[in-house]
Amino acid sequence: MTQATAVPARGLTRLPSSAWFQEYGVYAALAVLLVFNALFTERFLTVDNLRTQLVQVAPVVIVALGMALVIGTEGVDLSVGSTMALASALLPLYLGYGLVPALLIALLTGAVVGLINGALVSVVGLQPIVATLALFVGGRGLALVFADGQLKQIVNPDLLALGTDSVLGVPLVVVIAGLLALAVAFLVQRTTFGRQVVAVGGNRAAAALAGLPVKRLLTGVYVLCGVLAALAGVLATARLTASDPSSLGNLMELSAITAVVVGGTPLTGGSVRVLGTVAGALLMQLLRATLVKHDLPDSTAQIAQAAIILAAVYVARERRSR
Amino acid sequence: MNPTPALGLSEPATARPEGPAAPPAGRAPATTGRERLLSLVQRQGVLAVLLAVVLVSSFVYPTFGTLDNARGVTVQASFLAIVALGMTLVIITGGIDLSVGSVFALGGVLAAWASQWGIVPALLLPLVVCGAIGTVNGLLVAKAGMAPFIVTLASLLAARGLLLAITHEGATTYLVPRHSAFAELGQGTVWGFGHPLIVALALFGLGGVLLQRTSFGQTLFAVGGSSDAATLMGLPVARAKVTVYLLSGLLAGLAGAINAARLSSGVTIVGVGMELDAISAVVIGGTLLVGGAGTVSGTLWGVLLLAVIQNLINQIGSLNSSYQSVVSGGFLILVVVAQRYLVRGRRTT
Repeated sequence: MTQATAVPARGLTRLPSSAWFQEYGVYAALAVLLVFNALFTERFLTVDNLRTQLVQVAPVVIVALGMALVIGTEGVDLSVGSTMALASALLPLYLGYGLVPALLIALLTGAVVGLINGALVSVVGLQPIVATLALFVGGRGLALVFADGQLKQIVNPDLLALGTDSVLGVPLVVVIAGLLALAVAFLVQRTTFGRQVVAVGGNRAAAALAGLPVKRLLTGVYVLCGVLAALAGVLATARLTASDPSSLGNLMELSAITAVVVGGTPLTGGSVRVLGTVAGALLMQLLRATLVKHDLPDSTAQIAQAAIILAAVYVARERRSR
Repeated sequence: MNPTPALGLSEPATARPEGPAAPPAGRAPATTGRERLLSLVQRQGVLAVLLAVVLVSSFVYPTFGTLDNARGVTVQASFLAIVALGMTLVIITGGIDLSVGSVFALGGVLAAWASQWGIVPALLLPLVVCGAIGTVNGLLVAKAGMAPFIVTLASLLAARGLLLAITHEGATTYLVPRHSAFAELGQGTVWGFGHPLIVALALFGLGGVLLQRTSFGQTLFAVGGSSDAATLMGLPVARAKVTVYLLSGLLAGLAGAINAARLSSGVTIVGVGMELDAISAVVIGGTLLVGGAGTVSGTLWGVLLLAVIQNLINQIGSLNSSYQSVVSGGFLILVVVAQRYLVRGRRTT
């Protein structure tokens, strides 16, 4: 009883705690931004605009879902942008055999990239930054080699449909990103694999002592991240109607890490916040769109983004030190 | 908790297996021949690879071994070298600085803008601004205890934002006055070797002395080996961390300024991805990313190796430039995997 009265009393006299901010801050910020836009931005609450925003953020969400899993294991994957480019570069080479074989090749490439990253992290024991740096550097070069350094127009109608089709008025890429978010949330919260991954991120030594297959779990996480990045590459290619290995996925690793961190997943591992990651991606997307719509230049957007990242991590740090 | 325990030379004694045969703690000199050999390979392996690549290619490609080519390669490499020098110090403390590419570009634009008033403002302005960015990085890492990866990721974005703001979203290009002293700094030569190379070599000399011969350098190794142990030993850990990020910012800004002098203008699109090239060079040069061990000379060889690979691919001609990153990435994997096993080998002996 005393406790029940003590808590709200404290809440009245103090600002919400940093734990509260880490838990709900991203949603609060997103809500504030939405309300601001609804009130002050012309034609913000139109179906067209909302659809555009969602379509633009969809590839980031898909990559960030994989990144959230990796960061949950106290890792990081710098190679996601290069993986997108690789998947995109391979598509035109195999589209002649039809969409399904080309898609399978692209996704398989993502899996192979993830397998290499995962093996370097779990078997060789490299730091994730170094392990994935090699494919960040080499992957895009490989993509350019496959594509002969050229941008290739995509004419395959099946692939283009992935970028333009809608389901009940919702663009297909948005539906796919949403379904994947649900799937990853399910994976994290309801499956043994997900729980074991979180356990490995929380305390690897303890997880190993408890008999968890640490190496296999870590590798699996990087493979998932690679496949998701490859899928994002395919969808981005379909949206662009061209395979552009030199610029597709540039800086995607930064956007994805940002979404995950702003979403409240700690860089120290041990927790994966799927919904937070989606909200983090949406927040960064909306922030940029808002500033652009109010005629503030891109430079301001980048500085604002930096400030939000720092705020999110500062809050997470407070939480950890308790 | 830590997945990759500190593998540095200055590892605290408690991390070593206890026993009658356990080696003395700390930076114990290598005792067995095998250990000495492994240590030598880890420290100077990249130099051997570099020499081998240079020797073989001089025979295979007649245009590679010429003095002209050497002048070209070394000037190109000197900018990355200066940036990688700062990165080496940061990485030795167990940190990382992702902002250097943006800071490099920002330094270049600031220098080009200020060069209308002469060489002193052209150098001072970028150093002040980039040094300030580095200091903020350092304070957030050392005092606020935030992850270096994320702090410097944010300043990567912020520095590029600042760069866009002062160039009116990249629409304005500031030119360096022709034949000014500042332009000479980037374009002049000594025996045909560009000034940037001279600056880079001088800085590496200073960096080597700082790291190997001063107590500050010893502090950096101690901080990278174990930050907690260094604190307990009473070392100025926070000050050391702030200083390395400050130096990294200063060096990246200086490299950007000299690059602007060389190109005669502040180009906004340079430096993208440079942080990863710098990290690659540092890692290839034998500095451990977990901190606690490393050399500036290794970084110099690492930068040169990357530059030589790039140059060779241009020489071969039939290979397009995309192969450069493939080969660099391959080298990186080879080196870090070899390093990992060498270090593991040393620990078990």
